[in-house]
Amino acid sequence: MALTQDEILADLADIVEEVAGVDKEEVQLDKSFTGDLDVDSLTMVEVVVAAEEKFGVKIPDDAVKDLSTVGDAVSYIEKNQAA
Amino acid sequence: MTARKSVVVTGVGATTPLGGDAPSFWDGMLAGRSGVRMLTEDWAEALPVRFAARIAVEPSELLKPVEIRRLDRSAQFALIAAREAWKDAGFEGKFADPTRLGVMVGSGIGGVTTLLDAYDNLLAKGPRAVGPRTVPMLMPNSPAAYVGLEFDARAGVHAPVSACATGAEAVGHAIEMIRSGRADVVLAGGTEAAIHPLPIAAFANMMAMSKRNDEPERASRPYDVGRDGFVLGEGSGILVLESAEHAAARGARVYAEAAGVGFSADSHDIAQPEPDGRGVAEALANALADADLSPADVKHLNAHATSTPRGDIAEVLAFTKVLGSAAEDVAISATKSMHGHLLGGTGAIESVATVLALHHRQAPPTINIDELDPEITLDIVRDKPRALPEGQIAALNDSFGFGGHNVVVAFRSV
Repeated sequence: MALTQDEILADLADIVEEVAGVDKEEVQLDKSFTGDLDVDSLTMVEVVVAAEEKFGVKIPDDAVKDLSTVGDAVSYIEKNQAA
Repeated sequence: MTARKSVVVTGVGATTPLGGDAPSFWDGMLAGRSGVRMLTEDWAEALPVRFAARIAVEPSELLKPVEIRRLDRSAQFALIAAREAWKDAGFEGKFADPTRLGVMVGSGIGGVTTLLDAYDNLLAKGPRAVGPRTVPMLMPNSPAAYVGLEFDARAGVHAPVSACATGAEAVGHAIEMIRSGRADVVLAGGTEAAIHPLPIAAFANMMAMSKRNDEPERASRPYDVGRDGFVLGEGSGILVLESAEHAAARGARVYAEAAGVGFSADSHDIAQPEPDGRGVAEALANALADADLSPADVKHLNAHATSTPRGDIAEVLAFTKVLGSAAEDVAISATKSMHGHLLGGTGAIESVATVLALHHRQAPPTINIDELDPEITLDIVRDKPRALPEGQIAALNDSFGFGGHNVVVAFRSV
């Protein structure tokens, strides 16, 4: 069963908190990974790999560069998650 | 010609098998405690050596989860010890002039558990599972780099690597860095986190480790007739070294003068010490000359004494050769009997111990000598601490590493 946007956001926030040490309350759809959450390029790779495992999606490197906000990532996962 | 800069020790930090900070490390030594325990991990069962000296306080109790995640265990130890040393020296936050702050922190093996865990992940889950922080975690300069980042050190961040001489070598190079005028303050020391089945199997197969599995707390027994090899430990020691001028200007508490260092290399064999102790003697003589000490000034030695049959004797022979009859008046402590052998971290925590011995005027004990090796004719401090004489005295800390690296650091009381 597909996850809702809210469910994806909650799980993604847990990942960002664990990987980047950012409080999960800070992880909101409009937040920019690099600008607001201090997620640098190495940390972004960690977030992506953890998200791939958690949500069963493939996020190729070409797609990662378009994920500038948390909302971008949630939308990508929502569209590409296993049915 | 201007006078050479004096260098002093104004802060110490340590995270060790005897305690999670320098005061508890010191108290543990005075009490003659052993930090050696049986390993409880499943992987230990198949090993010929099933004990080690694990750190007393796990880094997860002191560091944030994201720091645990991003730093190899060896860098975690160094960061903990560096934060303690920094505070102990009376500093808060970052250094006022970052271009005058240096770091000299090494490790013998580097991020070996990171490397091996990453390889396990690669085999089990494929290349995508190898974390993007693997390289910055496993590189042996990682602990030095993280200490530098923590305090904004910009005068130079260096990571000497010389196996079991690493920690002492770092302290020695830090003295020289300050003397040269490149920095006013240097965080110096060593760290090691290599308690993992691969290094244990490898060291055991070199016939270098004690196999006293039935009596782990008594396995590290330098100078005892029954010694059968070293006991692996983990942890880190960091000292704040500072030009005497800089320390005086800010009214800092001074533990001891870091009076000098002697280096030499055996140039004999990759793993065996030169049997006559030639290289060790050369490093000792160099240290005395560099620190402007006569043999009679030396009242305490924190010996390398790893509890190997040949190494302990060779060290004492070299010591006698260089100090002559003055060697008989030196209170010798082999503290590895309590905290084990921290490889690249060992010279650092033993330098911390040597500095505290001068500061408190007490030589820590050597434990586990049931029967002193008759070839050891010098004055070994056994079982209980011993008071050191009043007046201006000096103490030495020596360390030797695979590869033939010899380092002797000299400290003088203040």
